[in-house]
Order: sequence, then structure tokens, then C-alpha cells
Amino acid sequence: MRRKKMRDFQKRGNGGLAKRIIPCLDVKNGRVVKGVNFVDLVDAGDPVEIAAAYAGAGADELVYLDITASVEKRQAMLEIVAKTAEQVFIPLTVGGGIRKLPDISDLLKAGADKVSMNTSAVENPSLIRDASREFGAQCIITAIDAKKTAPGKWEVYTYGGRKATGLDVINWAKQCVELGSGEILLTSMDKDGTQSGFDIELTAAVSEAVTVPVIASGGAGELSHLKDALDEGKADAVLAASIFHFGKFSIAETKKYLRENGIPVRI
Amino acid sequence: MKPSIAVIDYGLGNVRSVSKALALAGGDARVSSEIKQIENADGIVLPGVGAFGKGMDNLEKAGLIPIIRSRIEAGKPFLGICLGLQMLFSVSEEHGSSRGMDIIKGEVKLFKNDLKIPHMGWNRVKFKNRQEGGGGIFEGISDGSYFYFVHSYYAAPEEGSLVSSTTDYGGEFTSSIVKENIWAMQFHPEKSGEDGLRIMKNFIRTCGEKK
Repeated sequence: MRRKKMRDFQKRGNGGLAKRIIPCLDVKNGRVVKGVNFVDLVDAGDPVEIAAAYAGAGADELVYLDITASVEKRQAMLEIVAKTAEQVFIPLTVGGGIRKLPDISDLLKAGADKVSMNTSAVENPSLIRDASREFGAQCIITAIDAKKTAPGKWEVYTYGGRKATGLDVINWAKQCVELGSGEILLTSMDKDGTQSGFDIELTAAVSEAVTVPVIASGGAGELSHLKDALDEGKADAVLAASIFHFGKFSIAETKKYLRENGIPVRI
Repeated sequence: MKPSIAVIDYGLGNVRSVSKALALAGGDARVSSEIKQIENADGIVLPGVGAFGKGMDNLEKAGLIPIIRSRIEAGKPFLGICLGLQMLFSVSEEHGSSRGMDIIKGEVKLFKNDLKIPHMGWNRVKFKNRQEGGGGIFEGISDGSYFYFVHSYYAAPEEGSLVSSTTDYGGEFTSSIVKENIWAMQFHPEKSGEDGLRIMKNFIRTCGEKK
């Protein structure tokens, strides 16, 4: 069984590229929301300490999602990114509240490797194009919040899932790539927070529609969910928060499980 | 005294991470676009990620190409990362054709397979012609170790003997080259955890020896 799965991957010709496991930290006013339940953390709300712990545990990349409400307090994120870059040597993506080119330039200079945009990409698609031209497609991620509207149909939402845009997810994802996004971070709003598994149909539909890597997000509750998103869902990476933060699964056991089930991972 | 390392800043890529990784690995790393500072450094790092043409334009506008060339010719240890590897080559097929520094003969080509572009993430590096018994930039790193890549183009040197590692992405491509005092890699040691830091340490040790 396992051998057959390995053969399938070779057939797809992914070379030796590993599927990525990406923990996501929600950061508000410079602190990780709800904290993280790891052993040996001095400060369970300090993003830098948590990031270092995840990097040491074998996470492939990290995402900071800034959910700070006020623009003035966003300065805190730049300081956190700068501190993180001093001690964490895996790729770091920052999302949340990015509205204009100088926001991106500030984050990249502070030490972020990629930025992720959602609402601002929908409202001002030329931001994606300009940012891609200026900084390179590889560091411009478009985040898409998707809600199912009919079988095989999903609608793009903005403002943290509060505003329907009328945009079709598949078409928007393709347009993002044409504009210059180097990666898509795809969240199923229907699945997010349910721990009942990713929206596999959505993930596969977007992954097949675009030429850039897709990160699947929303719904991780069991290790088999991650496997399904990477295998059937054809995602290149999976993003998860609570299953890692509250110690349900470690990065090591996650990767061990995935490898045993024929998914190429970095161990 | 710690070896001084000039990390060349030409407005592309995460120079801060590169310099912090070098500092952690024991170097006196300075991000710089000043000729004098680059000239006096014990080693030079050319980082970068993104578009080849823009990278060359920025280097040219900042007047940095002659100093890079002359320090390499003077035998100073040089580490090229990602775009810093690609720009050493003669030409890139990005946007038709863009000229590189032509320090290494060869071409930079777009991946032509049905896989996702950019090639983004951790992939295995298989070493070739590795120096036995130490002294090399990859000393202490197991064959087949994972490193972080993010690129859509790869460099193909004319001289196969310069290839120090290959990686499989829909076929084997050159993931690093070594030529005398030039070490250059397509992957990002500054983003590749412990093994990446080991490369930085090995580079700094070489800079110290050649001081």
C-alpha cells in the first residue's frame, strides 16, 4: 500500500520536494492570542519564543497573522519580525493589515520572507501586481477566504470573512497568479475552526487551477486531515494552528505519520 | 578577531536574515553597499531572490559589479545565494535574455516541466565531488539533506566539474557550484535551519583561514 503511494508521487514527478507543515500564530498587539501550550516556554504569549520552538521542532515555515485592530499598534509586528529574524532561520510569512507597498517593504526589510494579502488584494488588485514587480512573485502570497455557495462553487470573502465579494474563488485564484502572486493561501471558511478536516474538493480545485504552490488551511483536527489535504487535495503545504498550539500533535509525530503514509516530508 | 563579512545590499532579498545567520555562525557580518567596506572585508556574500534583470540592474546602478569581480579575482572567499548564484552566470533566459556577470560560463534557464513554479520549499541536496576529510563548505552535512529553495530559474554551468550538488525537481538541476574561492548555491542557507547555519560556519572558517 505504502509502496504504491510512493510510486504515485514519483509519477507526479514532484522530485524530492517535501510537502510543508506550517504553524500559524495569531498575533494581537505583539502577543500570541490565547498563547501556546508547549512545555518549557518561559512566555507562552511571546511570538519570538514560540517561533523558535517551532523551528527547533521541525516546522518548515511559519506564519504570523497580525489581527491587531489599530494601525498605530502595528509597529509591534515589525519589532517582532526583526527579533524573529535574529534567531529563527526558516521562512517567515506575515499577513494582516498590509495595505500598501511601503507596508510590504517594511516587513521584508525587518526580516520577513513573504507577505500575505487578502482584503487589500481584492480591493486593489494592482497592489499584487506592483508588489510582485517590486519584490518578486516569490514573496507575494494572496490569501483567499472561501465559502461554499453550491456544489463545486465557492465565493471569496474579505474582512476576516465578514464581507462577501461576489468573486468566484477559482477565477480569483487564477487572476492572483496572473497578477504576480507566487503562492496561494487558501482557507475554507466552512471548515475553519471545526477540526473536521480540510475542504478537499476546494483545495484540489484551486491547486489544479493554478501553476503556483497552494497552502491549504482551515479544518485541521486529525493527522489524517493533513494527509488528505496534501494527497487528495493536492496541496503543497498545510497550515494549522490549534492542533499544534495546544499540543494535540507535535510537528515530529505529524511528519512521522505523513511519511508513513507516503507523503514526502522533511524529517 | 572575527572574520569580517560584507553582505552586499542591492535592494533585493532578505539581507537581514543572511547577516543575522552569518553573525550567529561567528562572523562579523555587515550589510553594505559601500565599495570601501566590501573591499576591506575578509569575505563577500551576494544574497538575493527575485528577478535576474532587476538584480543586475540594481548591481550596475550601485556600481558594485567591478568590486565583486575584483575581490573574486583577488581570491577572497565569495558566497552567492540564489540570485547571487545566478548572476555569476553569463546569461539568463528571463524576459527573453538578460546578461549576467559572466564570471561562470553558462546559462540560467526556466524550469520546463509540469510542476508548480516557483520551486518553493525544502528539497534534497545531493553532493558531488565533495572534498573528503573536511575543509569544504558542505563539511558536516549529510548527503541528501533538505534545504530551502525558492526560485523559478536554475543555473546550468558549461563546465560540469563545477557542479557541487544537484537536486531533483522534475529532473536533476545544479543546486550549487564550487570554483576555487567561489561557493554559490541555489538554496537559501539562511532559511535552512541548522544545516544552513553549518554552511555559514564553514564559510566563515574559510574566510578566517584566508585572511
